[in-house]
Amino acid sequence: MEQKKLAIIATKGTLDWAYPPFILASTAAALGYEVQIFFTFYGLQLLRKDLKLQVSSLGNPAMPMPAPVPVMVQALPGMQGFMTSMMKKKMKSKGVASLEELRELCVEAEVKMIACQMTVDLFEFDTKDFVSDVEYAGAAAFFEFAGESDICLYI
Amino acid sequence: MADFDQELDASGLNCPLPILRAKKTLAQMDSGKVLRIIATDPGSVKDFEAFAKQTGNELLASGEEGGKYTFLIKKA
Repeated sequence: MEQKKLAIIATKGTLDWAYPPFILASTAAALGYEVQIFFTFYGLQLLRKDLKLQVSSLGNPAMPMPAPVPVMVQALPGMQGFMTSMMKKKMKSKGVASLEELRELCVEAEVKMIACQMTVDLFEFDTKDFVSDVEYAGAAAFFEFAGESDICLYI
Repeated sequence: MADFDQELDASGLNCPLPILRAKKTLAQMDSGKVLRIIATDPGSVKDFEAFAKQTGNELLASGEEGGKYTFLIKKA
């Protein structure tokens, strides 16, 4: 049987949205898929050696909260950091893997990680800050793999 | 439950860690050997069925007792 292929575009850079690409990529690799993730725009933050991702409840009325918090209060300085630490504690208590661990598992499983060169330049990212297993390419390179993929996800 | 050669305790771990740990452990085992996995994630029941189906490793048995799920997987 020919190896199945999964192509993912990761566009988001918040702590919560960083999970789907790494969970799906690592799981697919464990199931025998060949996987590539193309990181673009805010998704590039997922490639930093030192992940400093945060969650924000602003603009996200669906985020579960222990008690209702008015939006004006959610916008106060320090709230984003507070909510991020709450979320991290919750994840740890539920046995959810850290992003660092999931990313490491992806690297081990030879998931190919590609950074969008255009947005790296646009945001003036220093590639020294990224993990070393990253390749740099553009849209055409993504299509070369995605065009032959069995599953293609935009996250 | 039947005999097994190696055991993996994935208790307290959530999706997708039980699957990923199982995959890693199986990779170090010889073909035909049986891995027993213990998990507490209820989602692992469907996940290990799907894992076996897609990887060709055989799910010999699965069971639940007191919130603990056990799986016996034979390496292909």
